[in-house]
Amino acid sequence: MNINIPCRKMFTNTLLELARKDSDIIAITSDARGSVTLEDFAIQLPQQFVETGIAEQNEVSIAAGLAACGKKPFVCAPASFLSARSLEQIKLDVAYANTNVKIIGVSGGVSYGPLGSSHHSLQDIAVMRAIPGIYVILPCDIHQTRKMTKALVNYIGPVYIRMGRSAVPEVYTKIDAPFDIGKANTIMEGKDITIIGTGETVKIAFEAGILLKDKDISARIIDMHTIKPLDKEVIIKAAKETGHIITIEEHSIYGGLGAAVSEQIVQNFPVSMRIIGIPDEPAITGTSPEIFKHYGLTAENLVNIAVKMLD
Amino acid sequence: MDKIIFLKNKAIQIRKELLQMIFNANTGHTGGSLSSVDILVALYYEIMQIDPKNPKWKSRDRFVLSKGHSVEGYYTILADLGFFLKDELKNYCKFNSRLIGHPSVKVPGVEMNTGALGHGLSVAVGMALAGKMDKKNYKVYVLMGDGELAEGTIWEGAMAAGHYRLDNLIGIIDRNHLQISGNTENIMSLENLKEKWKAFGWNVSIEDGNNIKKMIDIFKKIPIAKEKPHLIIANTIKGKGVSFIENEAKWHHKVLNQEQLEKAMKELDFQLNKGFNI
Repeated sequence: MNINIPCRKMFTNTLLELARKDSDIIAITSDARGSVTLEDFAIQLPQQFVETGIAEQNEVSIAAGLAACGKKPFVCAPASFLSARSLEQIKLDVAYANTNVKIIGVSGGVSYGPLGSSHHSLQDIAVMRAIPGIYVILPCDIHQTRKMTKALVNYIGPVYIRMGRSAVPEVYTKIDAPFDIGKANTIMEGKDITIIGTGETVKIAFEAGILLKDKDISARIIDMHTIKPLDKEVIIKAAKETGHIITIEEHSIYGGLGAAVSEQIVQNFPVSMRIIGIPDEPAITGTSPEIFKHYGLTAENLVNIAVKMLD
Repeated sequence: MDKIIFLKNKAIQIRKELLQMIFNANTGHTGGSLSSVDILVALYYEIMQIDPKNPKWKSRDRFVLSKGHSVEGYYTILADLGFFLKDELKNYCKFNSRLIGHPSVKVPGVEMNTGALGHGLSVAVGMALAGKMDKKNYKVYVLMGDGELAEGTIWEGAMAAGHYRLDNLIGIIDRNHLQISGNTENIMSLENLKEKWKAFGWNVSIEDGNNIKKMIDIFKKIPIAKEKPHLIIANTIKGKGVSFIENEAKWHHKVLNQEQLEKAMKELDFQLNKGFNI
């Protein structure tokens, strides 16, 4: 039983805490204060809260205008809409104009599993990382989310952040949650194979690492919370030292974490690699765990793949 | 010299320089740049509180060129005011130039990158909101094209400006009635513009956008209605100032040849010597 709060709630709690001390921090949302969990922020700091109604394009442009005048806007809305409908605003007003806007995509991936492809964001990593000038970050648990939120306030520049809807198991602890933008965390050392996850799949990768130990396979587990700028060194090092790489992501198998990692592998130190993610089809209907299971985003599947790769 | 005559001459000079710039680059948006020059001259030489030596001065008035394709007149004016050296205008659209074919914040004085239509008003809403939050008195001006008004995001921005009662925001529509494919009313009818903007919570005036004095007068009257953003529908002539370019949609981004350039320059010189802008 998971008693954690969701990452989005940890994010808004932390943002509110920081915004009390910094009146330039602005939260913007498009009729999503409920789903983002911004109600407390809206009540406690109304002068730092901007509601645009259901208008994701408008909110991103408004944020760019606020940032151009020295504000630190956080645009908070479902990832599915922000990463697709407002993509041109992100590309032009945020990334190209280099405005200090943070795009917070909540309920990302298949968090809204049963609601269909309209509400899934399985292309966001691919599109965001192809746009010059914007970072891409997926925190994996509440502790990292808190550290990340603090880092985001201090970092001046465009960032896209994706987090899920439900509470997720912890990967880190309150006191031990290292987070530096662009620096991957190796959460389990290993020499036979490397599994790289991002966001909610980090925990799955970690569990696979434990299961592999029982089979005398030493797996290195990497939390690639920042997909851009990518920690190339940690990837190349893993290829050299473990010779096999699996990536796992709640994203299309095209253009996401797997693609980012493989770009480094093929150009620097080719080793055998597998990309686990959502295939090129509208995701099947179901809850998030059901969808994960259907497409093999599970520790058991990772173990099977690892065993085959090492066979 | 009379201020208005000085500004009229300035507008003619800007027209000459922007045509030369487009000719040199062999690319640009001739019609819309010419139509909007008088609005820009009124704003930049008489209305806006700006400091070319300190482009990021916090209390400055802001301007966003939402119809980013009319960049040539904009760059020419910024250079003329000393935001950067005028000599740089010859690099317009040249390899590795910061004077890109649509506004870029790399150019001193430019507040926001534009080019994709329908973004500028919402950006200006953000700037105006920031001004209200910081209790600053600066104004935010945004120039939109009329063809641009078919973009849905313009109306999202218009709605937000009305909702937040941004009386520090002034929208201007360069109403030349022409877009690249023809008359705006045939492509996608826009009228009744006044009623539409009023319905979105704006105070609206209609003015002759090629009459610098009238533009200055209306800008100086704002805010006319308290707690309302103000929209000026500035009726203009696309290609204003050059007889054979005026009111011809084909000149949207057509470039003058050598002979046409000379002819255009002669016409503008004639206006200049007369001391008025016909």
